[in-house]
Amino acid sequence: MDWLLVLPLAIPLFFGVVSILARNNLLLQRWFGVLGMVVLLVVSIAILIGVRTQGILVDQMGNWIAPFGITLVADHLTAFMVLITAIMGLAVAIYSLANIDAERESFGYYPLLHILLMGVNGVFLTGDLFNMYVWFEVMLITSFVLLALGNRKEQMDGAIKYVTINLVSSLVFLSGVGILYGMTGTLNMADMAVRLDAVDSPGLVTTASMFFLVSFGIKAAVFPLFFWLPASYHTPPVAVSAIFAALLSKVGVYALIRVFTLLFVQETGYTHQIILWVAAVTMLTGVLGAVMQTEFRKLLSFHIISQIGYMIMGLGLYSPLGIVGSVFYVIHNIIAKTNLFLVSGVANRIAGSFHLKHLGGLYRKHPFLSIMFIIPAFGLAGFPPLSGFWAKLTLTIAGLDAREYVVVGIALFVGLLTLFSMTKIFAEAFWKPLPSDRPKPAAEVEGIPGVAGIRTMMVPIVLLAVMTVVLGLGAGLFINVSLDAAEELLDRTRYINAVLGDP
Amino acid sequence: MEPLLAIMAGFLFASGLYLMLRRNYVRVVIGLILISNAANLVIFTMGRLARGNPPLVATGETMPAEGFANPLPQALILTAIVIGFGLLAFALVLAYRAYRELGTVDVDAMRVAEPPYPGEKTVSGTPDQEEA
Repeated sequence: MDWLLVLPLAIPLFFGVVSILARNNLLLQRWFGVLGMVVLLVVSIAILIGVRTQGILVDQMGNWIAPFGITLVADHLTAFMVLITAIMGLAVAIYSLANIDAERESFGYYPLLHILLMGVNGVFLTGDLFNMYVWFEVMLITSFVLLALGNRKEQMDGAIKYVTINLVSSLVFLSGVGILYGMTGTLNMADMAVRLDAVDSPGLVTTASMFFLVSFGIKAAVFPLFFWLPASYHTPPVAVSAIFAALLSKVGVYALIRVFTLLFVQETGYTHQIILWVAAVTMLTGVLGAVMQTEFRKLLSFHIISQIGYMIMGLGLYSPLGIVGSVFYVIHNIIAKTNLFLVSGVANRIAGSFHLKHLGGLYRKHPFLSIMFIIPAFGLAGFPPLSGFWAKLTLTIAGLDAREYVVVGIALFVGLLTLFSMTKIFAEAFWKPLPSDRPKPAAEVEGIPGVAGIRTMMVPIVLLAVMTVVLGLGAGLFINVSLDAAEELLDRTRYINAVLGDP
Repeated sequence: MEPLLAIMAGFLFASGLYLMLRRNYVRVVIGLILISNAANLVIFTMGRLARGNPPLVATGETMPAEGFANPLPQALILTAIVIGFGLLAFALVLAYRAYRELGTVDVDAMRVAEPPYPGEKTVSGTPDQEEA
């Protein structure tokens, strides 16, 4: 048995436990935070190399043969997601040094961060549907606490909505798992994929698939199910907002891609057409919501929703190029969006507000920060040669190949509105002179105050901005790698054979 | 027996959903509890109801004797109950904290994170009046 796939779960668990043991020593906890993420990063690079050289990696837990025990599986998509999780974990752990106040730290911020990553990695790695439910819950309960930690009024308000809707989503997921188990008698996803093809009433399978569409749709924040996201993401400290924006809704997207390429491919004309239209409406409503907002982080929250639409669009097209677009878009978006959240925190530290009305003059005083905002913002809007351009180009070509002209039209129009709202932030927060009648900045400095704090916060911002540029300039390489991921996803037999053993 | 349990699960889902449409957050949490039980009942029923022997492996054998009951649904439900218990306990504590902080359990009146837009109509009355 190979231990490599267990490590992305074991390392965060180890550092989480150690951080709890060191609960009276905040300094130690902070550095365990950074150290844990670095170790995680090394392991996830090793997994990616393993997947590139040996194909799909499979680990049978407890040496139970495939359909009986729990299987951990890493294909290209999983390897990418685990790697990006580690990078985001590292970025946020460094950022937290300056952004999280001592009170939150003493109430267990760092252990929670580690365990959150454990849950996220668990969802990515597991090859068992019920086990995926368990990892989802691990992720949810830690995110609940991270969101509510600090006990401010907005946080309570946001947490109520976030907790309730996500619990509903979990219960729908659980019912769906129960129904699929009743139909196939198995929980291993590879085994289930084989047996679902043999179920004699495909209509029933499609009906069961709707449980998963709704449940993961809530988690991914797609069109009619997204209202919890803009209600809660702007309430916790920026470091928490950033890690949520980076990972949580993308876990939903990952789960959608996984089940709708592996399990539910019986009636793609029906299910994937629904996904495609949901994607189009998600993009549009998200960006229209964003255009209306005047609060930095709320605006970005609505953009998360809009961008989820693009990720789902590739899945809805269900062509190799479409899946390539989705995978590339997820990676690009996690980097760019997290970076924008991190920038919003620095802007808040400098000017004392998240409201665009009360911000201003950042370009005059902090030109470097402005550049660090422009790179992810234009990347998000899809300016060549940044990463968003290539992601959108791939999706557009895939859409035109599939003759979905209306959806492609909406996608391009949404890109324009994205650019509009990004320039709105830039004009308001960076260009406009600092308004004189603004209220006194709330003296709410968290973590390390002053210039030293801002320097620490700039480290991950620069790191992620460089990644956006590299992802754009080296797009050919990354698209080729995504192509391998897409081929693996569309050719289910490879996953199935890897898990169940060659027939 | 299956139709009876199916109707029971449906009834629990419906009652839970009805409670979740209330404005009083405590009722919403009770609705969640009902739905969580309904989901467990779905797993139980989908795992086939059969009169079987306990799934015990006799000494020297590798398989339990024919006609054993499937233990897996119970294991799943047990896991789901434990997880659900933790999450719902958290939701209840959160409801209490939110009540202490915000001074209300009316979810429509919780507008701190999303303040009303200028000119937007806000709710009036209390959830208790609505349900009296």
